[in-house]
Amino acid sequence: MAEEMTLEDVKRHVKVYITVFIALAILTVVTVAVSYLHMPFTPALLVALAIATVKAALVALYFMHLISEKQVILWVLLSAGVFLAGMFALFLGAHADQEAVATLATLILSSHVA
Amino acid sequence: MQIPYEVKARPDTGVNNAKLGIWLFLASEVMLFGGLFAAYVFLRIGADAWPGMMMYGEETMAERADQILNVPLAFVNTMILIASSVTMVMAWASLKMDRFDRYKLYMGLTILLALGFLVVKGFEYGDKFDHHWYASTNNFLGVYFVLTGLHAIHVTGGILVNAYFWGPGTKMWKRGTARDKAHFTNRIEVAGLYWHFVDLVWIFLFPTIYLI
Repeated sequence: MAEEMTLEDVKRHVKVYITVFIALAILTVVTVAVSYLHMPFTPALLVALAIATVKAALVALYFMHLISEKQVILWVLLSAGVFLAGMFALFLGAHADQEAVATLATLILSSHVA
Repeated sequence: MQIPYEVKARPDTGVNNAKLGIWLFLASEVMLFGGLFAAYVFLRIGADAWPGMMMYGEETMAERADQILNVPLAFVNTMILIASSVTMVMAWASLKMDRFDRYKLYMGLTILLALGFLVVKGFEYGDKFDHHWYASTNNFLGVYFVLTGLHAIHVTGGILVNAYFWGPGTKMWKRGTARDKAHFTNRIEVAGLYWHFVDLVWIFLFPTIYLI
């Protein structure tokens, strides 16, 4: 967020904060309402995550001012996102091919013992 | 090498040191909670049933989290945390407008809301303990207590920091120089970034643990 904000800028921001708060409250009600539909697991998960992502984006963009933040901050977040995605990819790969993981573990252990 | 204590944006990064520091910390927090979320995902993928067998007097199969967890209480807590995020950002905006009285009001509300969150969480946990449901009972409750417990620890940390800035920390602002006021406002912005992150984590915890 720009350090040199005028009083008018701040007042404009305050209106945005209130609007975002109302949006977040409505989306929370929607999340709970959808859960009472008792949808099957996969669509329920996708809807819940979609709404949560929109809410998280609103918080990050407006309350945390990412919408007007400097590039270095975005790079920091992007790198965290890449590492997070990498971690999930590793776990998913391991889950999908547990035989390969077991072989790899055996190889590592045997080389360690040798 | 000494890092100068100032709130001006550095020419190389474009932001002040405190802001870069808190964002680096938050990036590490993404990995902390992300790792636990990953554990949750894979425990759930591998489970035959979720939440699974639970004791309700007699052993019964629970098929949905809302049979075990109190959704209305968690909904109230979600609203509390969202409201506290707004009051936090309003506290910062009040300092930007040179309205210290408003700052005290909004920061005080943020602290009270956060305490309210913990009280509600305490009732929730108390109900689980009354049923003799602990983190060791099964994977579902293990995930529930670890993720919400770690989040509650973060809320507690936020309360301590915010309480300091509501009370003794305000000496800096009260000294009245432009430099001190700018430093104090910067501190509140940084504390606010942490607080919004705590809210952001809950936004994902609530639907994924309580509702599906």
